[in-house]
Amino acid sequence: MTLAEKILAAHTDKKKVSPGEFINVRVDLILANDITAPIAIREFQRIGVDKVFDPKKVVMVPDHFVPNKDIASAEQAKLMREFAREQEILYFEVGQMGIEHVLLPEQGLVLPGDVVIGADSHTCTYGALGAFATGMGSTDIAAAMATGDIWMKVPPTIKLIYHGNLGKWVSGKDLILYTISNIGVDGALYSAMEFVGEAIDTLSIDSRFTMANMAIEAGAKAGLFRVDNKTQLYVKSRAKRPYLVYEPDNDAEYSQVIEYDVSLLEPQVALPHSPANTKPVSQVENIDINQAVIGSCTNGRLEDLRIAAQILKGRKVHPEVRCIIIPGSQQVYLDALVEGLIEAFIKAGAAVSTPTCGPCLGGHMGVLAAGERCISTTNRNFVGRMGSPKSEVYLANPAVAAASAIMGRITSPGEILG
Amino acid sequence: MLKGKVHKYGANVDTDAIIPARYLNVSEPAELAKHCMEDIDRDFVKKVKPGDIMMATTNFGCGSSREHAPLAIKAAGISCIIAKSFARIFFRNAINIGLPLLECDAAVDKTEAGDTLEVELYSGRIKNLTRGMEFTAKPYPKFMAELISAGGLIEYTRKRLASREII
Repeated sequence: MTLAEKILAAHTDKKKVSPGEFINVRVDLILANDITAPIAIREFQRIGVDKVFDPKKVVMVPDHFVPNKDIASAEQAKLMREFAREQEILYFEVGQMGIEHVLLPEQGLVLPGDVVIGADSHTCTYGALGAFATGMGSTDIAAAMATGDIWMKVPPTIKLIYHGNLGKWVSGKDLILYTISNIGVDGALYSAMEFVGEAIDTLSIDSRFTMANMAIEAGAKAGLFRVDNKTQLYVKSRAKRPYLVYEPDNDAEYSQVIEYDVSLLEPQVALPHSPANTKPVSQVENIDINQAVIGSCTNGRLEDLRIAAQILKGRKVHPEVRCIIIPGSQQVYLDALVEGLIEAFIKAGAAVSTPTCGPCLGGHMGVLAAGERCISTTNRNFVGRMGSPKSEVYLANPAVAAASAIMGRITSPGEILG
Repeated sequence: MLKGKVHKYGANVDTDAIIPARYLNVSEPAELAKHCMEDIDRDFVKKVKPGDIMMATTNFGCGSSREHAPLAIKAAGISCIIAKSFARIFFRNAINIGLPLLECDAAVDKTEAGDTLEVELYSGRIKNLTRGMEFTAKPYPKFMAELISAGGLIEYTRKRLASREII
């Protein structure tokens, strides 16, 4: 069995599961946010049970439109807050919250070998820790809150092997953008992606989160990494319960094996309006920008902010650019503050915000007007994603976004730091 | 039996196109329906009539997990969606809320926007009345058919819990 199949099988009463099979899977953690929870709560109440199956295994995080941007979103957050309190489930209020997919691993709530389902498509982020994590809708989450399990169709697994050493300024973001452009936005539809190879072994945990996070942009159900020493180191100090590490079998069957040599890979930029519309940064230079966003569940972690600070420190954001930097959690914010990164951002002329998904989905904190262009470390650049349907979003890693913020046009960080 | 006019779209119609996130500060289906498809087809809401059928090529509903997307489409009056393929979260969401989906390459290839279709969900038979053609959609796997005939996931879950005597 593949890594995905191993984890799924361990959460059923079966010894073995195979792609295409319908199974009932016990879940270790269920997640919803301020957009998806209200519908999940409504549907949960329709089932007719009083209590969630296990309050320690349900978590709700207000992160999309918080701190609340308007009355309607405040009402939704209120509904979720009241339900969370009544059910005594895990809940992180503004001031403790972070962007859900930054927060939950950081808090040790997601561990290797877990099955996690979340009413948010980027739930697949936790695959970075060797968990099977997948996004679903609110009704699925409602049913799982009542029963503690959920039906799944076992996905086939695509193995992606990355050979070579990564060049300077190249990170997990570039690997995943390159992969999506190669296989397409439905290249892994209904499948699990398993990321391996020497380039993956050297990748930091933060960069692995970025890669797993965007598995959904290739249509995947999950994106998984094997647990190694880096994973153990990340998890050890955070875990408050035991966990199991699963390894794929040597004779595991993969639906596809795709190999890349990434030693010459440049930082990548996804042009409007698809994450698959990706080019090396050297081919998209000289495109003027109005805004740069550094943050999100994709690239809002400490490593991302360190890279951005390396470029922004002692320099100034271009006078015609709004540079918005959003740490992914309060812990990331605090660490960045202690390290002096926040000071560097503010001195450079960037706006720094409390954690929120905000601009990524055109919610608040950086919505675009018609004709405006933004370079962003987020995950989607669909029509209207960040505001006006006549605006444009270019996806890139934090180094490219920071360098572009200084130059006022899309550029490689090499132009500033060599 | 469903019958209605076709609203046809291309590949990779994402959930931000179906219902932009700026409208996700509410979750009432009728409110969401007012903005359905707004960013890629401004006139959709004006044109759509109850019972109409939505059609697209591949990977319909990709992007976010927002259940608001199928809710908006259903509340706009669409009776079913026919596509070559659906993004997986959208597929689950639509089935869960009782918006029927059918996968049929030939029907998509041979049908134009504005054609009138007649759809029989249980057999998967799709008749193009405008062109006098008939197609058969991919059958649902047995489990999915059970889920649909139970009346969606919430009803299915109620039945499961009742049989376990939890409630």
